Amino acid sequence: MAALFRQILKWLDERFGAGAVQAFLRHKTVPVHRHEVWYFFGGMTLFLFVVQVLTGILLLLYYRPTPNDAFESVQYIVTQVRFGWLIRSVHSWSANLMIFTAFVHMFSVYFMKAYRKPRELTWISGMLLFFILLGFGFSGYLLPWNTLAFFATKVGTEMAGSVPVLGKWLLAFLRGGEEVTGATLTRFFGFHVAVLPGLITSLLAVHLFLVQQLGMSVPPSVERAINEGRAPARSMPFFPNFLLRDMIGWYAALGVLGALAAIFPWELGTKADAFAAAPAGIRPEWYFLFTFQTLKYLPAKILFLEGEFAGILGFSLAAAIWVAIPFIDYKAGFGRLTRVFTGLGVFILGYIALLSALALR
Amino acid sequence: MVQVRCHYLVLPEENGSMELTDRTRSEAPQPSRRWVNLLLGSGVLASIATFLYPAIRYIIPPPVAESTSRSVVAARTNELKNNTGKVFKFGSKPALLVRTAAGDFKAFSAVCTHLDCTVQYREDLRQIWCACHNGLYDLAGRNLSGPPPRPLEVFAVHVQGEEIVVTRNA
Repeated sequence: MAALFRQILKWLDERFGAGAVQAFLRHKTVPVHRHEVWYFFGGMTLFLFVVQVLTGILLLLYYRPTPNDAFESVQYIVTQVRFGWLIRSVHSWSANLMIFTAFVHMFSVYFMKAYRKPRELTWISGMLLFFILLGFGFSGYLLPWNTLAFFATKVGTEMAGSVPVLGKWLLAFLRGGEEVTGATLTRFFGFHVAVLPGLITSLLAVHLFLVQQLGMSVPPSVERAINEGRAPARSMPFFPNFLLRDMIGWYAALGVLGALAAIFPWELGTKADAFAAAPAGIRPEWYFLFTFQTLKYLPAKILFLEGEFAGILGFSLAAAIWVAIPFIDYKAGFGRLTRVFTGLGVFILGYIALLSALALR
Repeated sequence: MVQVRCHYLVLPEENGSMELTDRTRSEAPQPSRRWVNLLLGSGVLASIATFLYPAIRYIIPPPVAESTSRSVVAARTNELKNNTGKVFKFGSKPALLVRTAAGDFKAFSAVCTHLDCTVQYREDLRQIWCACHNGLYDLAGRNLSGPPPRPLEVFAVHVQGEEIVVTRNA
């Protein structure tokens, strides 16, 4: 067996060039220091994404994206198809855990200033990946065509409609008409299974290429200690040492996913009805809660702007600043750290936590 | 903390190759190490099996309840002229009702025995024809020419008043 394996490796090696694959794998090392635990969250997000792709493909085998069939087909999956309940629950849970690990990954990168030169593009590609994940969440939420999803989509797309000039067009583009109907479902399905997967695959390739090319960033405090000779520069090879550690995390994540799916199966709710009143306690997915709550507090009119639009403008500006952080905090690239940016990160994290908590109250 | 991690902290440049040390260790496994490997390996294999099993069971579609009705009203007597045919639904599959030139009613399964296409009655040939691969059957359902390997299943036909009832043989 081992001899056969060696022979296959030799055969491949003769075709790929001497040790090219090995050199590629050996190139990346992972720094070892007291903050290294945060290095696991990127790989964890990637792993959960793979779980999403696999369970998503399985759901596609039975799901039907029409207003008459969508709810019934999901019902069929969770009641008739063997292990359908498991696949669907894992898809929903994994989606939420993935957004959560992406959040953790993003903030850990932010606080460890891993975006500083030369990794600006890694940060930007990561942010775009994050927005695509939110798009996946938003479009996938509608697909079971239940009451909650129906109204969440109505509200979410209506917000896009409050953008001046472009709003009307944007609304029609998202909804496939003036109202949330079967046309919206068809569109969201297309976004969810074709447009967004295409985008994310190419962006992911860029992101991973940059990580491989530039190597892992070391936090400034550790870097300083190494430069001043107070600590040794330690690292371990990514392959196989770090990857094996990654895999233990993934293995545990699968266990957690299975347990969550079995103990807290994802609810299906009731079928969407365009002519029924919105139920009480309606709210979006947890990762949109802080925006939702902020908009609730805004008055109808702020200066000359509509409250809704002012809120969206504020969030768009904040997002733009967040994406451009490597260029705004460019001094971090020269080892000059401004506490303002760490403070800003703490403030944003606190804001998200507080507003989300208020929305859940 | 540092001491515990020392064994993998050797940089590749410092000692030539990280793998070297790993390989020398794995080529001559200690008996206890072999046990650990065996237990870990079977644990991983068992896990993979538990992940794959639900996925494979999921892919196999649940059985669809077959229509149990053994007979169906295929047409009304005034619907078909002599030397014509009509495809009708019999359970979940198509079936073919033919009124011969002589005015008799005959019924067959309309599923070609070759590759599942739906056959039709050819008035010009007075035979049953499959458009997919030019298969021909006679009015007893026998495969005459072309690729079909077996005759078509024949159903019993009864005229009850105005209705033509087709029955599957038990």
